[in-house]
Amino acid sequence: MLPFGFLIGGLQERRHLNSLTQREAELAAIQVCNLKNVPHPETVTDAGMVMGHVVIASDYYKSFATSLRNLFGGQMKSAESLMTRARRESLVRLKQNAQRAGAAEVWNLRFAFSNISQMRGRTGNMQVELLAYGTAIRRG
Amino acid sequence: MIVVTTETVPGHHITNMLGLVQGNTIRAKHVGRDIMASFKNLVGGELKGYTELLTEARRQALERMIAQAQQLGADAVVNLRFTTSAVTQGAAELYAYGTAVKFGDPTQPPHGDTEIG
Repeated sequence: MLPFGFLIGGLQERRHLNSLTQREAELAAIQVCNLKNVPHPETVTDAGMVMGHVVIASDYYKSFATSLRNLFGGQMKSAESLMTRARRESLVRLKQNAQRAGAAEVWNLRFAFSNISQMRGRTGNMQVELLAYGTAIRRG
Repeated sequence: MIVVTTETVPGHHITNMLGLVQGNTIRAKHVGRDIMASFKNLVGGELKGYTELLTEARRQALERMIAQAQQLGADAVVNLRFTTSAVTQGAAELYAYGTAVKFGDPTQPPHGDTEIG
């Protein structure tokens, strides 16, 4: 199980990261920020909520590495990369939705997190949902 | 680097918005601290190990966010927010995010990027 998780999981993670980098570059024109007040509101023609979310699970090797790290303490790199991937993916999906709606700016961005793993505890089993939401605006 | 939780910085004029900057970290304490914490549940009181854990993690998340802002050439990070998520038991993820901005002269036109305010 361990080498299987390490190999397949690692391969999948690299593929996901490559795809994220590529899609992030494609969507670079879409500005995202967490500010509430939109400047020049008189030029805004349309506004609406956009969301992007993803549920992501860790592979067996990562789960093992995390539970081991829990014994000794310190920084959990394996869990960190999982969360970073989830957050980037949800943000990319949010930007895609904004682009589909014809918006170039997203304001007041928020993230919501939920842990949906069935076996919670020291097993290190991680299934997390990341939701990114904000207000997309179109300017005339 | 000026880091504030407000949308504006008094005394400065924000001319450019550089986008979202973020930093995260997940940290755990060794199992001894976890066991001590579970004993603490009997009598109550401050869980020093976990206070320490969250302080360290918050500082590190903030440092990573500031490093990202510096890379963008920002003058300040405004509207800073912190969130915590329970990824696994005994570990905490600290996530800090804000908007990187550049200051400028209010009488001059903005330089590149997205103009704001």
